[in-house]
Amino acid sequence: MSGPLLNWFKEIRERYVHPSKLAKKGVLGMNRRNISYISRYNPRRLYPLVDDKLQTKRMVLEAGITAPDLLGVIREQHEVNDLGKLIADIPGFCIKPAHGSGGKGIMVITRRDDLGYHKTNGQIASIGDLERHVSNILAGLFSLGGRADVAIIESLIEFDDCFTGYTYEGVPDTRVIVFKGFPVMAMMRLSTSDSNGKANLHQGAVGVGLDIGDGSAVRAVQFDRPILLHPDTGTNLLSLQVPHWEQLLTLAASCYEMSGLGYLGTDIVLDRQKGPMLLELNARPGLSIQVANGEGLVPRLRQIEALGNKHKMNVAQRVAYAREHFSRKH
Amino acid sequence: MASRKPFYLLVGLLIIAGISLSLHRHYTYDIPWLPGEKRQTWSIEAKVEFEATGGEVLASLAIPSTQPGFTQLSQHTASPGYGLAYTEKENGGQRAEWSIRQARGEQALYYRVDMLLDPYAVPPKPSQPPELKVNIEKEPYATAAKQLLDRAQERSSTPFTLARELILEFQNQTQNAELLAQLKPQINWVVQLLQQAGVPARAVHALALEDGRRRQELIDYIQVFDGEEYKLFNPESGEQGRPDNLLLWEYHSGPVLEVIGGRNSMVTFSMIEQEQPFSVALNQKFSESELLNFSLYTLPLEEQTLFKGILLIPVGVLVVVLMRILVGIKTSGTFMPVLIALAFIQTSLLTGLIGFLLIVGMGLMIRSYLSYLNLLLVARISAVIIMVIGMIALFSIIAYKLGLTEGMKVTFFPMIILAWTIERMSILWEEEGPHQVVIQGGGSLLVAVLAYLAMNNELIRHLTFNYLGLQLVLMALVLMAGNYTGYRLLELKRFKPMVEDK
Repeated sequence: MSGPLLNWFKEIRERYVHPSKLAKKGVLGMNRRNISYISRYNPRRLYPLVDDKLQTKRMVLEAGITAPDLLGVIREQHEVNDLGKLIADIPGFCIKPAHGSGGKGIMVITRRDDLGYHKTNGQIASIGDLERHVSNILAGLFSLGGRADVAIIESLIEFDDCFTGYTYEGVPDTRVIVFKGFPVMAMMRLSTSDSNGKANLHQGAVGVGLDIGDGSAVRAVQFDRPILLHPDTGTNLLSLQVPHWEQLLTLAASCYEMSGLGYLGTDIVLDRQKGPMLLELNARPGLSIQVANGEGLVPRLRQIEALGNKHKMNVAQRVAYAREHFSRKH
Repeated sequence: MASRKPFYLLVGLLIIAGISLSLHRHYTYDIPWLPGEKRQTWSIEAKVEFEATGGEVLASLAIPSTQPGFTQLSQHTASPGYGLAYTEKENGGQRAEWSIRQARGEQALYYRVDMLLDPYAVPPKPSQPPELKVNIEKEPYATAAKQLLDRAQERSSTPFTLARELILEFQNQTQNAELLAQLKPQINWVVQLLQQAGVPARAVHALALEDGRRRQELIDYIQVFDGEEYKLFNPESGEQGRPDNLLLWEYHSGPVLEVIGGRNSMVTFSMIEQEQPFSVALNQKFSESELLNFSLYTLPLEEQTLFKGILLIPVGVLVVVLMRILVGIKTSGTFMPVLIALAFIQTSLLTGLIGFLLIVGMGLMIRSYLSYLNLLLVARISAVIIMVIGMIALFSIIAYKLGLTEGMKVTFFPMIILAWTIERMSILWEEEGPHQVVIQGGGSLLVAVLAYLAMNNELIRHLTFNYLGLQLVLMALVLMAGNYTGYRLLELKRFKPMVEDK
């Protein structure tokens, strides 16, 4: 074999992992996620419940699950002028499209003063900017396929101080994958300056894998690479410990009954007063959670599948099962 | 878990059916596997259109016969309700004549001829030079014409050199040429002046053959005789000789089309290059359609041309499917790359790439200004569409002025798709930064180029058009890809750190 070809071959071996190694680790790939889990366990007719945040909100309220308050909904272009009235005496709020995907189109206003509305990243928006944002949402700029959309205005979460130092701007949220009602894997997403205050891992947010047993950190990654310290604040990420863990898992697990989706991603935030709150549901949760945990999803999913449908467990039993079987500390 | 047996059965059936259909075509109709083994034939379809006035109609169209370079294989007509006769005029010209007692409204008559590209073609009878006749022109035209002719005669020795010099003279003596052009077109003058000088000549109407062209018109050439022998001259450049793929359509001093009882008559031509084994080409097998002969060659030419392109789309789609499912490349808009690749086929790759990057780049710049205007989405996209059209027009004009005819081809880009691409890229830029724009834009372009390379491949073009059964195989491949649960290539890179740390 000639030199350059050999070098190229070496480089490929360095940069790519052999599929059998990934399979051994039980890593779930995109294709398998789509075919074996999403299309098998998530009935198509239930998608609108989670894709439309307004429907999710109604469902959540009916089920009595704690979630941020709904301040108002803007459905039509002419209602945009009422935005000022709607948010007149609310200091902090969040505008989001009902059909947004991947965190697109979410604008968080932390406070307002004479200068205008302060966004999480420190920029200041005028009421005109907010109206334009709402117009864009209504026109379908952020929705899948550009369909007309509605804008939802939610109250701001007063997020728990226990994460100060772990996050740079933005709201830290906990993503729990719930499979057939069992919380199988969890991670915390912390925004960084790279991610521009957003909690999306592919934009540069830090992902911290959490032990299902007690909510303590097991591994932290940024851009899919393991890290130890938060790139902006320098805090040791492995010292992270999520409080109200049992309550949080219970909240996540109960979303199964509520939504009927078998393979579900739940995004949960911790409010200072109300504890864990459901932020949103995702019928197509991403795969980065495996990188954050340093572990593949497949063995855990298989274990749940192997349980079959014989034993009907309630929420508390399922949480207890998951904490017992999926913790690394045993 | 549902049984996958029916699925694999279906895929297996598709593959077997596809391959056996192809084998059947190969062995029964002797269609070669490789594009090289072929005889080039041209199918040319003339479409005569006119508006019948309500009474009797007689339409007479000049038709070509075997001539140097081309052997006529077969001819067909399609003309519901019309009587048809092939006639031969005393000057040797062949004509197709359609007649009907009563007709009203839009009429369309089709005449189709298959010509074999044949360097050894023998015309049925030698060409007759036209009779010499001399027109007397009035002043000042006669003097101007005489000046042109005299100069040309001074510098020439034979009929052919005279013809060439005369055409050049029309370019040199622009004043005279312009004066003469007021009375009748230059080509008529050249013919008349040649006649005046005792050289038999006439204007002939020819067709430039180019694969997959539709709605083409005839172009004029000058046929100059020296005894039995003749040569063709380009009336614009004076270039001598028959260019490759130039078919003489009317070359007997007659009109191309005569319609009695109709108005607004016109004739347009579609043509397609076909690959036929020599034996098949001669036997004219394809004229008879049999039940199992699922050949596109039985369709009208215009549709065949269309299908040549359409049948390539599954190949492009397969490339997209493989790149997304097996490799995991992100593209902006699922099948946008296929549409861009189709445009590349029209424009050629380099021109297409440059045009695409120019338009999208310029579009992004102008679009960033539109952001400030705070417009509603539909209005903004519409503005982007108009802007794209404007840019395409601008680029075409600039390219034309600079003499870059290649640049004119930007018009082949699908404008709505370009507008959406610009819009998506622009939003991506605002939300996730230029890095993502480069990744997704580059991904789309890479897939488009790969799809182009696949679709523009001579072998694949040959196979998809001649073997319809292969579409079933493509279908099976897409179905199989849709059932692939393994890792994507880029996931092997993405999940690499997970395996490293222990």
